[in-house]
Amino acid sequence: MWDYTEKVKEHFLHPRNVGELKDANAIGETGSLNCGDALKLFLKVNENERIIDASFMTFGCASAVASSSALTEIIKGMTLDEASKVTNDDIADYLGGLPKEKMHCSVMGKAALKKAIANYRGVQILEKPGELVCECFEVTDLEIIDAVKENNLETTEDVTDYLKAGGGCGKCLDRIEEVIASVKAKG
Amino acid sequence: MKVIYTDNNATTKVADEVIEEMVPYLGQFYGNPSSMHTFGDQVGKKIRAARQQVADLINADPDEIVFTSCGTESDNSAIFSALNAHPDRKQIITSTVEHPAILNLFKFLRDKKGYDAVFVPVDKKGHLNTDMLYDSLSDNTAVVSLMWANNETGVIFPIPEIAKKVTEKGILFHTDAVQAAGKIPIDVKAANVDMLALSGHKIHAPKGIGVLYVKKGLKFHPYLIGGHQEKGRRGGTENTVSIIGLGRACELAAGHLPVMDKAVRQLRDYLQDQLLEKIPGVSVNGDLDNRLPNTLSIGFDAVEGESILMLLDKEGICASSGSACTSGSLDPSHVLLAMEVPFKSAHGTIRFSLSHYNTKEEMDHIAATMVSAVEKLRAMSPFWKDGKMV
Ligand SMILES: Cc1ncc(COP(=O)(O)O)c(C=O)c1O
Ligand code: FES
Repeated sequence: MWDYTEKVKEHFLHPRNVGELKDANAIGETGSLNCGDALKLFLKVNENERIIDASFMTFGCASAVASSSALTEIIKGMTLDEASKVTNDDIADYLGGLPKEKMHCSVMGKAALKKAIANYRGVQILEKPGELVCECFEVTDLEIIDAVKENNLETTEDVTDYLKAGGGCGKCLDRIEEVIASVKAKG
Repeated sequence: MKVIYTDNNATTKVADEVIEEMVPYLGQFYGNPSSMHTFGDQVGKKIRAARQQVADLINADPDEIVFTSCGTESDNSAIFSALNAHPDRKQIITSTVEHPAILNLFKFLRDKKGYDAVFVPVDKKGHLNTDMLYDSLSDNTAVVSLMWANNETGVIFPIPEIAKKVTEKGILFHTDAVQAAGKIPIDVKAANVDMLALSGHKIHAPKGIGVLYVKKGLKFHPYLIGGHQEKGRRGGTENTVSIIGLGRACELAAGHLPVMDKAVRQLRDYLQDQLLEKIPGVSVNGDLDNRLPNTLSIGFDAVEGESILMLLDKEGICASSGSACTSGSLDPSHVLLAMEVPFKSAHGTIRFSLSHYNTKEEMDHIAATMVSAVEKLRAMSPFWKDGKMV
């Protein structure tokens, strides 16, 4: 069984801000049914670019639900600029930590937030820049490079824990290893 | 909180009768069964009786029973023995839905030892593609290993029919009967298998005791080389206490087969009907007419298995999910993937596996808990709206 903190369990059993936000003016979606988890984040942003309300709908495991719940609590009251600085570690820390294998849940929260902010500002996020490495989970080399650098990842298992890449059919594992090696080579 | 245990394909409660049988041999009777004194032979006698009890469950002769440390060891020893028997043959055949005890062993033999491993696929109901199996057989085939019943879905392979066709060609046949033993009748003589694995902890004996049946006359190459125990087929001083427990457990299991077939099957069907009736967007995995009587693998659209398990756990209900949900992949189990169960329900698959200790009241409690758990999770799922998938 996963070693979830009390806070993770509590946020899973009693998630905050669940459901569609009827008058949301920013929405960010990430994940898919095939991946095994997905998050739809709703924001209500006022004219001063402050998030006055947030809600979520999540399909996923307990830590995915808890991460979504935590995310909405963290960002409520923030300006978009402040919110854009929230990291996946902030989400995990808010919950008293996540098992390493579940860090991708917090990464998912961060990704949805980024999309919601872009959605509000009318910015087109370029759909996945870089070269597609993992077909199962649609992860590109640039995403892997970022994750490796930011979180000091060492192995393909680390990358799978954070991005899920490599956790499906596994045919991309060699390529992931090359990407990790290239980051390490550059120092 | 009272525990409702419906995870019997993972492991089972050690029966009180089994514990009672074991306790004296944990304390008072600590002799070595091989010793040349009456004190040791008191244990020796008891082990001979246990060997008979185990043999009776599967219609084997006591000489054909080798005690091992677990089902995994039995599977591994069987395959290694077969490879040693035919060092010139380089092809090994199994299915895509085996337990890791066979699946990962075959992958190891393929990747590290140069064997040509064939993984025969199953169809949507979990049935083996036997045509493909028979077409793969050749002079180069060292062994065919197939599970008798699947641990996740309970789907039963027609082992007697397959074993006949395989052994007729002079190819060794091993079956992993860890899940089948004690749940459906097994007759090794009628089934004509060369080797068969079973495991104590799935049939109300302790963990860490297994059995490998080795057909009389078959040249066996031991995996653990050591003393003369188990007639030289498995070195190491016997796990006397567990063997004695397993003997009793096999005797009980043989007596319980009709209960499995009737009462446990009825309970499982009752739970299945309740869930299908009370919850929309539900599908049962595997062939409904050809399953272990105690197993229910059932998928709930648009919700995720681990979340369901957490909500069941809150009520003291023990079950398993169909997705491993480890290492970030959250991938549905290889068994469900091999059966092409759609992702929408594969991620939300729960396995309930019953025993004769379960009651109808427990099934009602599970059904009621599932109704509210699925409702709660669907209320927050982005893929569920107005009573259906979106
Ligand atoms: C089909 C099957 N084979 C083998 C095993 C392994 O048995 P054991 O846990 O005794 O090693 C199990 C159970 O875990 C199983 O379900
Ligand atoms: S392509 Fe990456 S896991 Fe399948």
